[in-house]
Amino acid sequence: MSPRRTETGGRIDRLRTIRFTFDGTPYTGYAGDTLASALLANGVTLFGRSFKYHRPRGVLTAGVEEPNALVTVLRGEVREPNIAATMVEIYDGLVAVSQNRFPSLAWDVNAINQLGGKILSAGFYYKTFMGPVIGPLKGTRFWMFCEHFIRRAAGLGRAGTAADPERYERMNAFCDVLVVGSGPAGLMAAKAAADQGQRVILCELEPHFGGSANWSGETIDGTPAADWAARAVGQLEGHDNVRLLPRTTVWGYYDGNTLAALERVTDHKEAPARGEPRHRYWAIRTKSVVLATGSFERPLVFPGNDRPCVMLAHAAERYANEYGVLPGDRIALFTNNDSAYRSALALKKAGAAIVAIIDVRQDLSSEMRKLATDAEAEILSAHAVVATEGGKALTGLKVQRFDMVSGALTGDARSIHADCLLMSGGWSPTIHLASQAGARAEWDAARQAFLPPKPTQKWVGAGAFTGSFSTAEAIAEGRAAGLSAAGATGAPTILPVVEAAPGDPDPAPVFEIKAKGKSFVDFQHDVTAEDVRLAHREGFVSVEHLKRYTTLGMATDQGKSSNVPGLAIMAEALGKPIPEVGTTRFRPPYSAVSIGSLAAERFGDLKPERLTPMHDWHLANGATMYSAGLWYRPMIYGLAGETIEQAYVREAKATRDSAGIVDVSTLGKIAVQGPDAAELLDRVYTNMFSTLAVGKARYGLMLREDGLAFDDGTTWRLGEQDFLMTTTTANAGKVMQHLEYFLDVIWPELKVTVTSVTDEWAGAAIGGPKARAILAACVKGTAVDNATLPFMGIVHGKIADVPVMICRLSFSGEMAFEVYSGAGYGAHVWEALIEAGKPFGLVTYGLEALGTMRIEKGHVTGAEIDGRTTARDLHLDWMLSKKKTFIGSAMMDREGLIAPDRLQLVGLVSLDNRPLNGGAHIVEELDEANPHGSIGHITACCYSPALGKHIALALVSGGKARHGTRAFVSDPLRNRFGPIEIVSNHFYDPDGSRMHG
Amino acid sequence: MLITCPYCGPRDVIEFTYQGDGNRQRPQPSSQDLDAWNAYVYDRLNPAGDHNEIWQHSGGCRAHLRVVRNTLTHEISSSGFARGDHKAARHRLETKS
Amino acid sequence: MAEYSALSLLKNAFTGNKDWKPAWRKPDPKASYDVIVIGGGGHGLSTAYYLAKEHGITNVAVLEKGWLGSGNVGRNTTAVRSNYLLPSNTRFYEHSMKMWENLSHDLNYNVMFSQRGCLNLAHTPAQFDDYARRGNAMRHLGVDAELMTVAEIKRLVPALDVSGSARFPILGGLMQPRAGSARHDAVAWGYARGADRRGVDIIENCEVTGFLRNGDRITGVSTTRGEIRAKKVALAVAGSTGRVMQLAGIDKMPIESHVLQAFVTESLKPIIDTILTFGMGHFYISQSDKGGLVYGGDLDGYNSYAQRGSLPIVDEVMSEMLALFPGLARVRMLRSWGGVCDMTMDGSPIITTGPLPGMYLNCGWCYGGFKATPASGWCFAWTIAKDEPHDFNAPFTLDRFYRGLVIDDKGQGATPRLH
Repeated sequence: MSPRRTETGGRIDRLRTIRFTFDGTPYTGYAGDTLASALLANGVTLFGRSFKYHRPRGVLTAGVEEPNALVTVLRGEVREPNIAATMVEIYDGLVAVSQNRFPSLAWDVNAINQLGGKILSAGFYYKTFMGPVIGPLKGTRFWMFCEHFIRRAAGLGRAGTAADPERYERMNAFCDVLVVGSGPAGLMAAKAAADQGQRVILCELEPHFGGSANWSGETIDGTPAADWAARAVGQLEGHDNVRLLPRTTVWGYYDGNTLAALERVTDHKEAPARGEPRHRYWAIRTKSVVLATGSFERPLVFPGNDRPCVMLAHAAERYANEYGVLPGDRIALFTNNDSAYRSALALKKAGAAIVAIIDVRQDLSSEMRKLATDAEAEILSAHAVVATEGGKALTGLKVQRFDMVSGALTGDARSIHADCLLMSGGWSPTIHLASQAGARAEWDAARQAFLPPKPTQKWVGAGAFTGSFSTAEAIAEGRAAGLSAAGATGAPTILPVVEAAPGDPDPAPVFEIKAKGKSFVDFQHDVTAEDVRLAHREGFVSVEHLKRYTTLGMATDQGKSSNVPGLAIMAEALGKPIPEVGTTRFRPPYSAVSIGSLAAERFGDLKPERLTPMHDWHLANGATMYSAGLWYRPMIYGLAGETIEQAYVREAKATRDSAGIVDVSTLGKIAVQGPDAAELLDRVYTNMFSTLAVGKARYGLMLREDGLAFDDGTTWRLGEQDFLMTTTTANAGKVMQHLEYFLDVIWPELKVTVTSVTDEWAGAAIGGPKARAILAACVKGTAVDNATLPFMGIVHGKIADVPVMICRLSFSGEMAFEVYSGAGYGAHVWEALIEAGKPFGLVTYGLEALGTMRIEKGHVTGAEIDGRTTARDLHLDWMLSKKKTFIGSAMMDREGLIAPDRLQLVGLVSLDNRPLNGGAHIVEELDEANPHGSIGHITACCYSPALGKHIALALVSGGKARHGTRAFVSDPLRNRFGPIEIVSNHFYDPDGSRMHG
Repeated sequence: MLITCPYCGPRDVIEFTYQGDGNRQRPQPSSQDLDAWNAYVYDRLNPAGDHNEIWQHSGGCRAHLRVVRNTLTHEISSSGFARGDHKAARHRLETKS
Repeated sequence: MAEYSALSLLKNAFTGNKDWKPAWRKPDPKASYDVIVIGGGGHGLSTAYYLAKEHGITNVAVLEKGWLGSGNVGRNTTAVRSNYLLPSNTRFYEHSMKMWENLSHDLNYNVMFSQRGCLNLAHTPAQFDDYARRGNAMRHLGVDAELMTVAEIKRLVPALDVSGSARFPILGGLMQPRAGSARHDAVAWGYARGADRRGVDIIENCEVTGFLRNGDRITGVSTTRGEIRAKKVALAVAGSTGRVMQLAGIDKMPIESHVLQAFVTESLKPIIDTILTFGMGHFYISQSDKGGLVYGGDLDGYNSYAQRGSLPIVDEVMSEMLALFPGLARVRMLRSWGGVCDMTMDGSPIITTGPLPGMYLNCGWCYGGFKATPASGWCFAWTIAKDEPHDFNAPFTLDRFYRGLVIDDKGQGATPRLH
């Protein structure tokens, strides 16, 4: 029998023993235990170490707000750090380890930090570690030297690097009423809304619905509250319009009543069932929300309040009533309010001895005195705890007389022997989601708590969330909220009757007992009351300064238990009421959310892959692929033993000698159709398209509104009102949006439709001296001779029985054709072209050879149309029509865009016969040791098989004027320096005789 | 944030592309007034409060919408097609304030 | 006021830390000043500091509508770098970098500037060339930059997925070793303390509600704490620029205010020892000294002053994070927040005299304002003191847009949300 397990009681399944390990030690627990309850049952008191002083810590709470008991859960190589032991449901084979300690939890060398206490006060690091102003440790060196050790000492758990094998999934859910929290208020709300026929989702962050009903020990409608809740849940389960989500934390309240929730689907299981994700991310769009999120009990701030076995009162009550675990045999309670008396009695009933109830208040109600008597507890009214004793577990405490008004301690300290101290500092409604939704919380002096603000989005509150702490109020408010969220009023009805312990919901306004010793406000981050006062002395008095200077509330528990006490201590130091110090606005998430769940289906699959119809053929035929945006394209079709350069040189050479074919399906293609199609093109292109004959194509250039070059491509006139525009691969989407914007917003009078047809057409460009002969051999239904298919002409025919459209245009500078077919036939047509080309020595070529041939021709691509160049910079001013206006025409001649020293397109030839590098810079005078004086940079480069030289395109200041001059390539990144000649960008066949045939 | 598209109904903001200040007036294409062009291309109203904006339903019907949205609260008070109702939207903005 | 040092810490520890004084005073505003700086964020405070330190102008008030440092200086991801493409930007940010390297000493306040490097990952050959162009541009201006191979990257950040099977395999990267990160709040507090020690009045909870004018000339401001006159009124209000300029009657600017979200995970033992950016999306990450992974992504994409983010961007940023670090799926996001960025039409800032007589304008920091803090204040102080820009900020005029002299590092054109 475990040392602290009660004989009976709790909702654990005592017939199912679960085996697990913590820090390598095997333990057993029962099904239904959390890691915290199971370890407590086994007598474990030491759970973790604090962040700064590495002080020994036990478990403070029984829920999501736990600051101390953080563990790492291991599943093989996969680590999950910083998980609260209170939120881990145990399963057979669970492996958990403690964190932030070396060499072991019991003996942690960094605990020596405690000795530096007064030096390591809040913000100490801002005042030191700056190091000397001269010498080898000047500048940032000394700090970085110190920081090295600080970084290693800081941090909590260790993250793994092994890829998580689990799956995460996303659900987009829609409902009428989302109920957050399933205590009595939430259950009533869900039922009321469901009865109105509303689509309801009920989320509960814990494994079991029912909230406080599961442990309050109250009686509702004559049955134990837990049974009442179970019955209510059973009724909800019977509704088709209700979805119940346990283990689901609603963590974000976003615009438009969109809420985000995390469902932990399999964390509590030994192994997921087939197909189950680990976490499910819910994006819930709802018409209205019922916030029934309850409240948190606050600790009191007094010396030694962080010692293991000092715990929140209701947490102990939960451990006893829900898990059958007594956190101590001799329990003392320290409180400023009535709720602790109920906890005392519950623990007494569960078998503990209650040695004392220490209450800061002088006047106690007779009901409370009666509860204390029932618990056989001594009442020490107008007393306070001033010290705790013990090491890794509590052995006793000291109390003194306390005056609540003055805060003075008087009389001798009296020792009390106890192995567990429970504290209750009042209750804070869990208003996080309401605050996220956009409003500021309001301080309530009676409740000594921030209450939810007036809604800024469509939500209604109920129960402890609103500051109504009694179950009877929760039930009434829950039903009203459910009806209100459903837009109904509902007939008066008889509400469930609660027999609850009496008590005043308002605590005494006491947050801190000032006595000698460290009194903790933020347990995890080791922020003490003194730190808060130091922040005050140094002027960090607004709530945000307090948080940022002391790190109060910045730990993994996000200050759920520390924010209000911290504010109260600052308010006292300032002599101002609490609301004047400020309120923290909560932001998502309510509690930490796994990153895997947020990536959901995109974990391991970030972006869609775009594949051309010929993709499989490329792979089967030796292509090396690389990604271009979302597309994959062949780089080279390498032969065995070839380098990349050997491959592309062979491909380019073969194309110029006989013929080559390349997949151009990725080019953006937009059908521009309608009576005003030609007019639109005249407006968006710098050159004329209305004069283009049907059956002809033309190269076009677009500018942005600001007059800089935007995109280029050919547009084909397929009919009087029917154009096929092509764009660069990279800009396909942008050009489409550009056209749509102008058509829809600026020129709605134009009768044109634009349709993206990129994926509808497969394209193959075949070029070289033998290209026409190859087409002649396989194209049926049309001639392809010079008369039928002149330069920039278009014909329709068939290849291998498939209709194709052929345009004679050239990017490579050779006689070349682009063959378009329906995408579904792309691979079929491609293979037919390859087959037809075999007798002619046709090669397939990839982007490297494509790039090589375009560099030889001096054509521009995205590397030159880089969003900063003008048409003139690229020597495309011949395309700027003077007969019409076009997008960008009004702006393109501004002073900055016509300056003579602008970067202009040139060609470069390497004079030392060594390769050039993309991104290398150009200088007039070489200085390898201290590179300076850049006049431009290389945009693209290659070995030119046609010229037998290493060449490049470059953007160089005042470029054209430099033709024929020498300069140097300066590439300090790759240590490549050497002489070059600046030439025209048209290296190869400048008069186009090969292309025109 | 949910934006109501006149074609498609209320849709999540993820389906839309923002096109910015809807008050901008493009000069006549033949206009030589460079200041007017510059103002159109570079200057934006950037109010803290209701803003008249253009959004494209790029993940849906691809229509451009004119949306009046509060930049402090993200609340949307009206949405409709951008085409042709420029004046109406301006009017709504002005009568609201 | 006492110097901060290890010795002063020790001394105060013995007296129970009772003798520490406020880091800055909380004075009431005077009736008039030589210079009013509107905006008690990083840039406003550094402007006041350098007005006093470099130009001897100490009759200065910094007006902050909320608490000091409540804007973007306390909401950013703390990266400091000067790895820009265009010379105007590189020169300015490198000036800033040099100031960062000595800032803790200069301020006698440890801003924890840690030069752990900034690595831009390249995923396509074209991108690698682009980075080489940028790195070489930096080297030709005397700024440090190095290309890194995949093997070197793997050694530096072992948690990174550098496999060829990644959706966007990493081909290499551009590293600026001197780049790093700093403790953002400390920068605001350090400048505040430094300015205060030189006599500057820092006035919190003092919102400007209007401008006092004599004809066109700005002669002061009206505030929630009364009217305050000044010979010169300087604006450094970042995301609120649109709002404050409207008070001066200027309702259109080449600026849109956009929300940028940032995120931090729970504290972890060291796993990422540099600043890292993803090349196929908009994602950057580093690890704070406390151990939290600090990261962010793209703008939410629409005008907003709400300091509140939207859910789709959260999902996008996390997806990109896991594309680089598939091992971090079980790490948990602890906090998120939003800052309002004043996005200009070319992605570069504005530090200038005017646009009205008596007014000086510092704005348009897009998402890059934090690293600029020292140089921005230094240049702005110069511009205010001398009524003309320093060479470093001479290109950052308001009229550069009209004149076609944009400084467009990303080449995106006049679309403020894409820079």
